[in-house]
Amino acid sequence: MHQRVRRSSNIFMLGLTGLTTVVGIAPLVWILFDVFVRGASAISIRFLTDTFKPTSLGGGGIWHALVGTGILMGLASLFSVPLGILTALYVARNPNTLLGLAVRFGTDVLSGLPSIVVGLFVYALVVSGHGYSALAGGVALAILMLPIIVRTTEEMLKLVPKSLREASLALGAPEWKTSLQVWLPAAMTGILTGLMLAVARVAGETSPLIFTALGSNVLSTALDKPIASLPLVLFKYAVDPSKVRNAQAWAIALIIVALVLLLNISARLIATWRSKMMY
Amino acid sequence: MAESAMAIPASLTLPSLANARTVVRTTTESGLAAKMRLDKVSVLYRNFVAVADVRLSFYANKITAIIGPSGCGKSTLLRALNRMNDLIPGARLEGRVLLDGEDIYAPNVDVVEVRRRVGMVFQRPNPFPKSIYDNVAYGPRLYGHMRRSDLDSIVEYSLRRAALWDEVKDKLRQSAMALSGGQQQRLCIARAIAVEPEVILMDEPCSALDPVATLKIEELMRQLAREYTIIIVTHNMQQAARVSDYAAFLMTDENCAGTLVEYGETRQIFTNPRDRRTEDYITGRFG
Repeated sequence: MHQRVRRSSNIFMLGLTGLTTVVGIAPLVWILFDVFVRGASAISIRFLTDTFKPTSLGGGGIWHALVGTGILMGLASLFSVPLGILTALYVARNPNTLLGLAVRFGTDVLSGLPSIVVGLFVYALVVSGHGYSALAGGVALAILMLPIIVRTTEEMLKLVPKSLREASLALGAPEWKTSLQVWLPAAMTGILTGLMLAVARVAGETSPLIFTALGSNVLSTALDKPIASLPLVLFKYAVDPSKVRNAQAWAIALIIVALVLLLNISARLIATWRSKMMY
Repeated sequence: MAESAMAIPASLTLPSLANARTVVRTTTESGLAAKMRLDKVSVLYRNFVAVADVRLSFYANKITAIIGPSGCGKSTLLRALNRMNDLIPGARLEGRVLLDGEDIYAPNVDVVEVRRRVGMVFQRPNPFPKSIYDNVAYGPRLYGHMRRSDLDSIVEYSLRRAALWDEVKDKLRQSAMALSGGQQQRLCIARAIAVEPEVILMDEPCSALDPVATLKIEELMRQLAREYTIIIVTHNMQQAARVSDYAAFLMTDENCAGTLVEYGETRQIFTNPRDRRTEDYITGRFG
């Protein structure tokens, strides 16, 4: 009797967890499916390589936005990666000092900050004096990437056995050399994974760019001028009355999703490669 | 064990004895030169005394084993000898640690220089995730640029002395992580001797290795003792008996501080210990 009750309640609970898993994962599958179905038809070589054209001329392509997103990602990485890694080194080296604790708390708060607030901050700091620019957009995205880079890098550095650093120090190497030549390289694949995830995280950011990079309909590589980006173009086309623009918006959505997916998959591949190579 | 009976004249092993300052470390009653000497050394972690008032001489070209139960401060004492305890916040040392008669904790002493002269091999093999070549070359590269050919010969010489050359000479560019545990530990020894240290500290160097690899390391230690002063911490009584010339037995006192119970020639410690506690430990009655 008891056994039967136990068995049936077990089956019921198992079924329940299975069901919630399906419910939880359904939106993801649905979104991917819907974006693919609606977006794939509008994607062509033309669409990828052409710049903006009026709908009367077929609507053109998104080459300017691809270049813009590339430049923005590059700028954001350039600002945030060195700063983030060096900060992580400090925190991992001195975890219980006042500054170490403050930095960790700060990055936690920063990673929870709404991105539009960051955009507004950069607007007040850079844009109000120097105007909209790719540079301002890069700074906004860099601020969003920074906490992710600091935390993942710190975690990866903490995974490196302390004895490895001690081996270097015991040979007479100073701390800074030990950090740069032994500690960082030993954690490098993990750090790389974190960087990719950070880039993926901001690849689709829109709101901080509205105040900073502004967006543009022309192909531009100037860092001090407004610049186009995929999410900004998506936003504009999605609310456009034209059916052509709406279809293009879906195509851009598919491209952003594919980009994020690609970054995530590469991050995974690097992580598995790492576990085979190392300890 | 045979050579431990031979007293090496101090003037042979240490030609620089003339220096007035080095009078401190001159010869002991046994006629041996003390390469390193602990003079009333205590190591403290904040207010906790980990090692208390140890006086001890490590003789040149001898292997000295530090034995004792877990937590008696063996590793702490060993790490005091190349100032690795400096890295632990709150750790400090009282007394003097003399290397060739000079206090390595004196304010004008460069800790980098101390660590170059007193090398260390750790409990678990810890090669850098670099190539075999780069592992050995890491130390020499720290001390300035050198010609490629010079570096090559240092790497080969160090690997030969660590009895690893024949096994790795065709794969110097491969990752050190692919080597077996025993090979990795010999690589770590090669890495340590590449900077030409005078003393080599070994912190349970075989505890992560199988018996065959252990035997190889022990043979290697006997060979290295001709050129270096070796100080080894070990939990393995047989190993201490097999490999060492001198043995220091440490135990915790009533305040949980590690103290030196007995020190002498290994043969005497193992066959005719003076202290009852040493005998109990060696015969396996506790620990």
